[in-house]
Amino acid sequence: MLGSSTFRHGVHPPETKHLTEKVPVRRMPFPEEIVLPLRQHAGRPARLLVKVGDHVERGDKVAEADGFVSVPIHASATGTVKDIRLCPHPDGSMAESVVIAVEKFSPQIPRPRIVPQWEGLSPQQVVEEVQKAGVVGLGGAAFPTHVKLLPPADIPVHTLIVNGAECEPYLTTDHRTMVEYPERVQFGIRIMMKALGVDKAVIGVEKNKPDAIARLRETLPDDIDVSVLPLTVKYPQGAEKMLIKVVTGREVPSGKLPMNVGVVVQNVGSIACIGEIFDTGYPLIERVVTVTGPGVRKPSNLLVPVGTRLRDVLEFCGGLTEDASQIVFGGPMMGAAQPDLDTPLIKGTTGVVVLTKKEARSVERYPCIHCGRCLEACPVFLNPSLLGTQAQAGRYEEMEAANLMDCMLCGCCSYVCPSHIPLSQMFALGKNMLRKRKAAA
Amino acid sequence: MSSRGPETGPEGAMDLDSLAEIKLRIAASPHLRSPHSTPRIMWNVVGSLVPILAVATYYFGPSALLVVAAATVGSVLTERLFGRKGSTADGSAVITGLLLGLILPPGFPLWMAFLGGVFGVGFGKVIFGGLGQNVFNPALLGRAFLQAAFPIAITTWPVQPASWWSLRGDNFALPLMSPNAPDVATGATPLGLMKFEGLSTNTLDLMMGTTGGSIGETAGLLILLCGGYLALRKYLDWRIPLSIFLTVFVFSGVLYLIGPDRFPNPLFMLFSGGLMLGAMYMATDMVTSPVTAAGSWIFGIGIGLLVVFIRVWGGLPEGVMYAILFMNALVPFINRVTQPRVFGQPRRKPKGAEA
Repeated sequence: MLGSSTFRHGVHPPETKHLTEKVPVRRMPFPEEIVLPLRQHAGRPARLLVKVGDHVERGDKVAEADGFVSVPIHASATGTVKDIRLCPHPDGSMAESVVIAVEKFSPQIPRPRIVPQWEGLSPQQVVEEVQKAGVVGLGGAAFPTHVKLLPPADIPVHTLIVNGAECEPYLTTDHRTMVEYPERVQFGIRIMMKALGVDKAVIGVEKNKPDAIARLRETLPDDIDVSVLPLTVKYPQGAEKMLIKVVTGREVPSGKLPMNVGVVVQNVGSIACIGEIFDTGYPLIERVVTVTGPGVRKPSNLLVPVGTRLRDVLEFCGGLTEDASQIVFGGPMMGAAQPDLDTPLIKGTTGVVVLTKKEARSVERYPCIHCGRCLEACPVFLNPSLLGTQAQAGRYEEMEAANLMDCMLCGCCSYVCPSHIPLSQMFALGKNMLRKRKAAA
Repeated sequence: MSSRGPETGPEGAMDLDSLAEIKLRIAASPHLRSPHSTPRIMWNVVGSLVPILAVATYYFGPSALLVVAAATVGSVLTERLFGRKGSTADGSAVITGLLLGLILPPGFPLWMAFLGGVFGVGFGKVIFGGLGQNVFNPALLGRAFLQAAFPIAITTWPVQPASWWSLRGDNFALPLMSPNAPDVATGATPLGLMKFEGLSTNTLDLMMGTTGGSIGETAGLLILLCGGYLALRKYLDWRIPLSIFLTVFVFSGVLYLIGPDRFPNPLFMLFSGGLMLGAMYMATDMVTSPVTAAGSWIFGIGIGLLVVFIRVWGGLPEGVMYAILFMNALVPFINRVTQPRVFGQPRRKPKGAEA
């Protein structure tokens, strides 16, 4: 069943993980203000529960799930709701957010909670607990985790794949989670396997994290079938479809979900988070974030309250160097550049990468010379060269016929393009245009 | 941590400043880029041509340099005058000029070489919209034009003269005048000898380049080395030369086995004429070759077959130029039929699914 330890194509950007891979996770002190956007996950935004002036304890719900594909938002610090207004969101928009003035001298201890006894719960109840805790995919996409735990009855799922690849350069969030909290990861896996009713789990970890592989292997349970699969270091190894291909040897059919090949993939951070819910009862109110890059003075791995503003995080990491020029939420391959230091870090923020003028420079663009490098880089075997030509002409229907919708915007084509054509940016635009046209039709 | 600027005070204060004053750059992901760039590829190709030009100069004297220079001046000047602003810096016009010069006879009149460069870039590239838009390899198009315009001059092959310094032909013939160099002895190329007199040439001579022929085409082994360097650095697609070589070798090998007295031996086929330079430098022109891996194989096999066909059964002694130009014309179709199978889609599309 196991094929090779990697997929075809892909690229090898410099890993640059040495800045933080050995730095233990530290808890960041509570900032003066917390900003909690109601939209921190894929699906419908949460519905507001508080009003200005309300006092909230750390862990209290400030907004509840609006439907099944939605999760609640919890206060990540004790304080008073100071304002409810539009605030800068990491996706570049302004989003309705709850601003909490953090109470000074508060011990910040959440209210005593009832820790759910997972052994006694039915799978349905486990899923409810996961939703109640506001858990989303912590790998960046922020898809509500509980939705993935309820595959339709007619689709059999046999394997849980735990995504610890962390193929984005610079980031060490999942790496440190696996090294420092392996027991929590194993506990989370146990609960998820029960909820899904699967008897096999595979943890995929890139080989550049030997300490994580070793720690996970030390803590493997004896009574259930969990294994660690070291993966070749290549971007985008952590993309869901690539990981499934490596673990099962099967390709997820175009336009289908992983469960169509009998697997469910969860980020290792989300799994550790689930382990925590059934251990302490705390909802998702803080997460591990790598703050790194040549432009930050003290690269660190931090445990950050959800909703902490970028400015506070950077200040805690010693500030920026003089030549810092660009701040990216997420990894440098797929992350979004941030224009505003008041943007909060949210549930899906895997890292903060500060690039200097040396890395983040404008490059001159040349015409496409049809060298074919993008075709050899594209992990889903598209023809970015052709798609780029179509995009420049605005021929979106032709792009759709050329399988644009299979593009996962990993950025490999843009990375290798010697003419510096912003291919993946053009494809993101094309996908949006097509979606809008579909919605309008 | 040490403070980095003399104007900043205590470290804490500076940190706050750095956050207050920073101007953040916004760009779409990915925020990292591979170090390759189009000019870097082009100038590497130019660099790899330098040894070939040096050896050509060793064999053909100052004439070699003059002809190559004239062709290069012609093509770069045309790019400068009619091309996009600043497009000479990408190096592609220099490649066209160098390659055109290298596939001309050493005694070629300079004004004709210049004209070839002008035509190659003007009608082979700029008119299509510049770099990346052209269908045919500009250098080969320039040579095809010269072959049609000056059939005599382009088939006049000098033999080694007594002195290295003497010109190999009437390089300085006035424009629109017939070249005239009665004191230069001429001879046939190995392919001409084979075609019209049935004489083969020693393979070692062909590999080393001590034969008659175009300026940069004779030293087969050296071209193989320089092209190999580019292939190793991934500045050319190795599939194309490899498939050309294999096709020519196998096809002419089969012919040779059938009639060793009627057909040339496969090594002769590989190392004679413009095959080495054509396969390594012309066929691999990224703009005018297929983008898909499967397409590159088809493209190379097509060129190989055509070369052997033209050389063995055609009226001309050499067929590399026409073979490549013909396959250039087919590239859009090759690209279309060799589109990669998309991840997660069935191996073969059901009929009619192709848009």
